[in-house]
Amino acid sequence: MTLTASPTDGLPVSDVDPFSHEVLEDPLPLHEQLREAGPVTYLSRYDVHALARYDEVHAALVDWQEFQSAAGVGLSNFRTEEPWRPPSLLLEADPPQHDAPRRVLTAVLGPRALRRLRERWAADAEELVDQVLAEGTEFDAVTALSQAFPLRVFPDAVGLGPDGRENLLPYGDHAFNAFGPSNDLVAQGAPRIAELSAWVGEQCQRESLAEEGFGAAIWAAADRGDITPQQAPLIVRSLLTAGVDTTVHGISAVLYAFASNPDQWARLRAEPALARVAFDEAIRWESPVQTFFRTTTTAVRIGDAVVPEGHKVLMFLAAANRDPRRWADPDAFDLGRDPSGHVGFGMGLHQCVGQHVARLEAESVLTALARRVARIELAGPTRRHHNNTLRAWGNLPMAVQPA
Amino acid sequence: MLGVQQPWAGHAGVDRTVVRVEEKTRVADGVVTLTLAAPDGGRLPDWTPGAHVDLTLDNGLTRQYSLCGDRWDAHAYRVGVLLEPAGRGGSAYVHQQLAPGHVVGLGGPRNDFPLVPADSYLFVAGGIGITPILPMIVQAELLSADWRLIYGGRERRSMAFLDELAAHGDRVQVRPQDEHGLLDLPGFLGRPRPGTRVYGCGPAPLLAALERACAGWPPRTLHTERFVAAERGAPVRTTPFEVELHRSGRTVTVAPGTSVLEALAEAGVEVLSSCRQGTCGTCETTVLAGQPDHRDSLLDDEGRAAGDCMYPCVSRSCSDRLVLDL
Ligand code: HEM
Ligand code: FES
Repeated sequence: MTLTASPTDGLPVSDVDPFSHEVLEDPLPLHEQLREAGPVTYLSRYDVHALARYDEVHAALVDWQEFQSAAGVGLSNFRTEEPWRPPSLLLEADPPQHDAPRRVLTAVLGPRALRRLRERWAADAEELVDQVLAEGTEFDAVTALSQAFPLRVFPDAVGLGPDGRENLLPYGDHAFNAFGPSNDLVAQGAPRIAELSAWVGEQCQRESLAEEGFGAAIWAAADRGDITPQQAPLIVRSLLTAGVDTTVHGISAVLYAFASNPDQWARLRAEPALARVAFDEAIRWESPVQTFFRTTTTAVRIGDAVVPEGHKVLMFLAAANRDPRRWADPDAFDLGRDPSGHVGFGMGLHQCVGQHVARLEAESVLTALARRVARIELAGPTRRHHNNTLRAWGNLPMAVQPA
Repeated sequence: MLGVQQPWAGHAGVDRTVVRVEEKTRVADGVVTLTLAAPDGGRLPDWTPGAHVDLTLDNGLTRQYSLCGDRWDAHAYRVGVLLEPAGRGGSAYVHQQLAPGHVVGLGGPRNDFPLVPADSYLFVAGGIGITPILPMIVQAELLSADWRLIYGGRERRSMAFLDELAAHGDRVQVRPQDEHGLLDLPGFLGRPRPGTRVYGCGPAPLLAALERACAGWPPRTLHTERFVAAERGAPVRTTPFEVELHRSGRTVTVAPGTSVLEALAEAGVEVLSSCRQGTCGTCETTVLAGQPDHRDSLLDDEGRAAGDCMYPCVSRSCSDRLVLDL
């Protein structure tokens, strides 16, 4: 990245492409450069302002009044460009339209509503770990655990039928690529997206959903009049888009963190109640959702710069989560730290409404694994999976030693 | 300007459970509005139309007030308070003693009276029951929904916010009782039709009449909130309390001005948290014994009555001792 100072206002300017394969392979050097360049940097290639420090990212996340989402939370500006699909009623909406769908999902996915899933998911996790270990002590953790567990429990919890579940990951992968520029990653997903979207659309209808589950609960809210029947399928869609890939990559993140920090695994084994903190620490450390955009609703002063109205602002959640101004020894994965306040799930009005679901899934897997596995280590070269928004692993060869 | 705050700042952080009175304005006979702000000038928790806050007054009383300001202003809440001579002293305290600069306890905001999507809204307000309706009107306008309001009161000079409502022309019918008699609800509502929601707030007799008038309407048309808020059982304490940690057997003392979360962290017990303002649910903790003083925006009445969990980033204790599953 070449950094220059803008001749007009002295703002740091960079021509870097944050969505290039080079950066997606290892975004940490860019994150550090942007944090150190100043509170805000102008990225000339995409005509956006970038925030990479914790303070500014946090402040922009909570300030829905000046940083709107309804113009899209990707690079594309919905004020001037046609979205690739009907916008999300949650993620890509502002108050007041955001209110009713958010209220319904907050209740459907809230910690109290999830209590009935806790025991079942714990048992499912034990069963999965047993199965995996029965087949051998070396495996690809991405397919064997990170994908297997969410795909086992989440579609059931939503109430999806048995067929076509393999469409979930590619659909989500494309949706998260689509927040970036229309680069080769978007082009790769394009040929199948009509077919995948059609499948997802069908699953969101009342008839396709089981009588019990998050999907049915959303339709019940429509029956009560809390949302309209037209909104219900799009709200179900938000779970199918945002709830699968994110969790898969989140579980990969925590497994990789442990495999590369054996002392922390020993600590979790000694104190299994740390599973919850461990997952959030991994979300901070790896930030499965790396970035989101906002659009300014007015001219906003950030530091010494003024971002004009209607401009895209790119928030680097991942960079904020490792900002040394906020976190001591930020690059360490450390169960002794309190990761509270990380922005890996966002913050404020749009903060991840599925965060309790993600935490419960991860806690179930980690608890089951900690019970059965004494040591966990990498057993071969790992491969990243590139996505314009997500930080992901393509594979994670691991060797474990059963307890 | 991007309002950079330091929300995580230290254990002696900002107390998120108090607000300061910035302004007190007489807006009608027997009605004042209070403008409230965070003592550090930071953002207040977000809210939606129909929401109320719990304010704990210096005299120990907790009362609920609907938010009637502008949610686009993240730095101020506005509430309207009617002087109720027959009340238990909350409104008299606000009218007679509370002054700019005073600090009061805050709970919420919570919303038991949310505006659900509809093609059109009919708003019915009696007296101070106008307060939750004001932001609903703003909302209906933003959503380009069709709406009308009928607003009753004893006499014109006791009816607050008439100046603000005047801007809406004949969408608003102002009907002081001494000029017009009782509200003609059937006339206002007209023939039952689907796609319309009726929102009513005001004294019990008005709401009862409204319920009768809506009898022929499709189910779930009518949404009401009584503005006479129930006073809370146990008074809010201003003295320290103890938190017993069931699993470790330890006991931590929580002083006024310190959150349970902070007190636990100082004692080396980390509870995962995120928003630290009672909105995200991350810090949910199981309560085994004791009576929590709920200050969050999450638990509804049912959840509060269950008494089995709390959000220690903001919630406190009514009893001398809380036993938590930690
Ligand atoms: C580790 C897993 C996850 C991560 C890292 C994650 C991350 C995020 C982030 C950063 C946001 C904020 C977006 C913004 O501010 O613009 C968000 C929002 C959202 N997430 Fe998650 N998420 C995860 C899991 C889930 C799950 C399991 C679900 C569904 C059950 C879900 C559903 C949603 C929805 C619907 C929103 C939009 C909320 C709104 O705009 O009000 N997420 N997520
Ligand atoms: S930290 Fe969000 S509710 Fe307590």
